[in-house]
Amino acid sequence: MASTETTPVQDAGSVEAGLDALETTATGRPTLRQTFVNKILPPIIAIAVVLAAWSLLYPVVDNPTKLPSPTAVGGAFKDAWLKGDLLGYIWTSVSRGLLGFAFALLIGTPLGLLVARMRFVRAAIGPILSGLQSLPSVAWVPPAVIWLGLNNSMMYAVILLGAVPSIANGLVSGVDQVPPLFLRAGRTMGATGVRGIWHVTLPAALPGYVAGLKQGWAFSWRSLMAAEIIASYPDLGVGLGQLLENARTASDMAMVFEAILLILFVGIAIDLLIFSPLERWVLRSRGLLVKG
Amino acid sequence: MATTLAKAAESVAYAARLEHVSKSFATPGGQQLVLDDISIDVAPGEFVTLLGASGCGKSTLLNLVAGLDRPTAGSITTDGRPALMFQEHALFPWLTAGKNIELALKLRGVAKTERRGKAEELLELVRLKGAYGKRVHELSGGMRQRVALARALAQESNLLLMDEPFAALDAITRDVLHDELTRIWAETGLSVLFVTHNVREAVRLAQRVVLLSSRPGRIAREWQVDIPQPRRIEDAPVAELSIEITEVLRGEIRRHGQH
Repeated sequence: MASTETTPVQDAGSVEAGLDALETTATGRPTLRQTFVNKILPPIIAIAVVLAAWSLLYPVVDNPTKLPSPTAVGGAFKDAWLKGDLLGYIWTSVSRGLLGFAFALLIGTPLGLLVARMRFVRAAIGPILSGLQSLPSVAWVPPAVIWLGLNNSMMYAVILLGAVPSIANGLVSGVDQVPPLFLRAGRTMGATGVRGIWHVTLPAALPGYVAGLKQGWAFSWRSLMAAEIIASYPDLGVGLGQLLENARTASDMAMVFEAILLILFVGIAIDLLIFSPLERWVLRSRGLLVKG
Repeated sequence: MATTLAKAAESVAYAARLEHVSKSFATPGGQQLVLDDISIDVAPGEFVTLLGASGCGKSTLLNLVAGLDRPTAGSITTDGRPALMFQEHALFPWLTAGKNIELALKLRGVAKTERRGKAEELLELVRLKGAYGKRVHELSGGMRQRVALARALAQESNLLLMDEPFAALDAITRDVLHDELTRIWAETGLSVLFVTHNVREAVRLAQRVVLLSSRPGRIAREWQVDIPQPRRIEDAPVAELSIEITEVLRGEIRRHGQH
């Protein structure tokens, strides 16, 4: 039989190098062209289709108080921009939304950790916390107005009540889904107690937590809009919700559409600029995001 | 920790000492005895495999030695906290291969400035130079287990516990990792307690094979393996001893079919 000169140990090294090369697949980033075709083009086409349908429907309905023309809505945007109000509306709402969300983060995170880790706290408030998620945040507007009056505090209170349960629940489900193997591995390395939470539990729970943040932002934004529509008051400054309410009272349908589109776009933009990249980064770095 | 830390004077005599260890779990039908009166000494630098069929409590025994659980009776003494390797790599997916190793170093109290160098050294030891910045999902199964081995070695424990670490790998990769483990064991002078249900693997690796019977796990027999290293799994002496041990193992399993 033919035998090689190499010793088994040297042999192992070279076989191993071959196996490593065979089993490792190279992952590359998509090209600009691929990104354009796969990610950017489809929504542009979708928007174009909606605009086309709208233009076709407008003469059929033939009633600008019910359905304004796309040009009229575009004109409303242009007016607001030329008057210099457009960015002001957006900023009023976005600054409220983000600040409220930041408070919700500060409260929801430790709350979620407590519920996840302390059996008594979980039994006491866990079901309430998940139940609160299904309560429409509009329901908090009347009591918040009565407790706090018509001011910014009331807006923040409504945002908190909307977003804190989502953030806390996200963290709880993230912690619940940490594979026990990670905890065992951590313990054998000496990661127990606080060190275990910091080095193993929290990073392992990050995907669930980020999903909670994403949902928390959606709830913050929705709650804020509900609060702004119901509690519009001149001294509060005009945000997007107030813009919508003002348009309704003025029976200006083009402005109503303008306000609705702005609310939608801002919500999407914050998600696309902050939360989706964060989520993708967390998932991709763990190999959990399958490129399709 | 459930394991009692050994005194310095005793630590020379053995890396792990199990004395009359029993373990039972509470089940709806009452107490179920899983391990019954197990006594094993692992000498410093010794490679021992624990061999047994399903239900022999191999993994339970390793958990006890690792200090993840307490024995119901008897005592376990180890020289410091043992390192433990699992069948699944158990690497943290939010860290790179290198950072996984550095976490073990950090938890052991190694200074920040030294961690990077040590991690690179350990990766080189498992022949994964250049994998420092790789994410866990970018590595193949065999590479992951080697990083896991490097992470276990980072604990600088005198005793390495291995719970069927190669069971999920393909035969070629497993074969290569046997060679690697033997080399690293010889280089580091570690004591290894290796659990497996694969008879040939047990004989290929160990200086001593301990066969456990099932339900409850008891020590059925022990073999000293005097075949010189490096061995191959297809070597005739390895095969011969494997056949002998398999016969005894089959006999043990057969008893459970007779009522």
